[in-house]
Amino acid sequence: MNRLLPRALMAPAVLSLFLWMIVPLVMTIYFSVIRYNLMQPDQVGFIGLENFEYFVTDPSFGTAVINTLLLLGSVILITVIAGIAIALLIDEPFPGRNIVRILLISPFFVMPTVNALLWKHMMMNPIYGVLAQVWLFFGATPVDWLSDWPLWSVIVIVSWQWLPFATLIFMTSLQSMNREQLEASRMDGANYLQQLRYLYIPHLGRSVAVVVMIEMIFLLSVFAEIYTTTGGGPGDASTNVAFLIFKQALLNFDAGVASAGALFAVVLANIAAVFLIRMVGKNLDK
Amino acid sequence: MTQIQKNLAIQTLRTAFAWLVTLLLFFPLGWLILTAFKTELQAISVPPLLIFTPTLENFSIVQDRSDYLLYAQNSLITSVASTLLGLALAFPAAYSMAFFRSKHTKDILMWMLSTKMMPAVGALVPIYVLAQTSGLLDSRTGLVIVFTLSNLPIMVWMLYSHFKDIPNEILEASRMDGATLWQEFRHVLLPLTMGGLASTGLLCLVLSWNEAFWSLNLSAAKSGTLATLIASYSSPEGLFWAKLSAASFMAIGPIVVFGWFSQKQLVQGLTFGAVK
Repeated sequence: MNRLLPRALMAPAVLSLFLWMIVPLVMTIYFSVIRYNLMQPDQVGFIGLENFEYFVTDPSFGTAVINTLLLLGSVILITVIAGIAIALLIDEPFPGRNIVRILLISPFFVMPTVNALLWKHMMMNPIYGVLAQVWLFFGATPVDWLSDWPLWSVIVIVSWQWLPFATLIFMTSLQSMNREQLEASRMDGANYLQQLRYLYIPHLGRSVAVVVMIEMIFLLSVFAEIYTTTGGGPGDASTNVAFLIFKQALLNFDAGVASAGALFAVVLANIAAVFLIRMVGKNLDK
Repeated sequence: MTQIQKNLAIQTLRTAFAWLVTLLLFFPLGWLILTAFKTELQAISVPPLLIFTPTLENFSIVQDRSDYLLYAQNSLITSVASTLLGLALAFPAAYSMAFFRSKHTKDILMWMLSTKMMPAVGALVPIYVLAQTSGLLDSRTGLVIVFTLSNLPIMVWMLYSHFKDIPNEILEASRMDGATLWQEFRHVLLPLTMGGLASTGLLCLVLSWNEAFWSLNLSAAKSGTLATLIASYSSPEGLFWAKLSAASFMAIGPIVVFGWFSQKQLVQGLTFGAVK
């Protein structure tokens, strides 16, 4: 086998991915420094950093950044803590463990639009929704979740979808726990809390980092869940950066400003990516 | 209480609690499935109905009203085509990386991973413009290309990690015996990696089927996938919960079952092998 063949075999995948990355990036950079509104095709020309200025000084921008961070932070916090708790709970065999596993995993395979509508209508509707019924049952006044707590509703919806992913990873990680070590610690009289503190949590450290970073990358650009439930509203109450860019591009037809925003989102995601890549890279050397 | 009794009590409590948590978390999905078999009146009844005579009428209404089959066909074609195309691109690439390691292999793998980190919304405007100028807007071809490229890094990574476990000697032996590259693929590598190939394909099928960002932005009436069909039910006029549930049930049923089979690969694929 000559030396060219391995490269030739790699070429289609590498080249297509390279185009997929570089073409949009160059175009985005170009669009971000010109005047480019789909509704005003006659106005063109180089305008420097005006689009960036417009995007960043837009009053919606600050809200969108805060919403993005709140969404990201809350979902990660909820899924990591609940995920570890559930993984520990079902770590040891019990009757029906396999069924429990399958039921717990299922929400992750539900497409985001179904997930969002299911919660919007059947769970959170203030009159007929299940949550409203539960509230009434306990004598409380039902809440209009999507109007009164739009961002928190989105957080609940997204957390429900990502909890199975976190749980699954923690479950997988727990399977590689050193059972003899656990047994030995029990013999030495360690109680469950001590085992948790000195054995389980340190063992899970690495997978927590992985979950946090994977979720960071996916959750920075939550889109479908917002699109189908609140539409970013009321006002900008549940608009994140990804949705703001979408609004600029396809609702305001301002491709220039949207591109400036997109570059901002790329920078945000890359900060998270650098850490993840380092970690995976270390793993590759082993 | 003896120690054994105490352990049994803890065990029972634990089991009960595990089931309680599971049923609570699964409840929304279970509720969706139940609602799919109710009439519209039963779906919004107060208090909610748990026991009722199931009906299948919603399923036929969904088909009549919104042409479910067209969207299902689009979903099926785009996800299967993008999975096959992705495998065709990723298989040789992963082969080359796993069995002909050079000092650049690691860099290339890392770079592929980094393309997956680009948020899709960052490429929205250029991809939209490109799709429009090339006539691929609202076409299945356009969606297949986009799905393939966004899944390609995951596929290369997963195949690579499967290939890595195969000893190079087996392939070398077949080469010594005069096997061509194609014969080597077909008769040696393929049988050895069938499991890895299947699980990679399965995971990508699930990811493409559920993909919502690109299908919402690049497709409409002609090439819309099930994800877009369901999104069209978000309008507030009228409460068609039973029909929405029936449509959702049909949209997620097959893929959730696929998902159960690919859950192990999901961990490896989505964490790029960092958790095994």
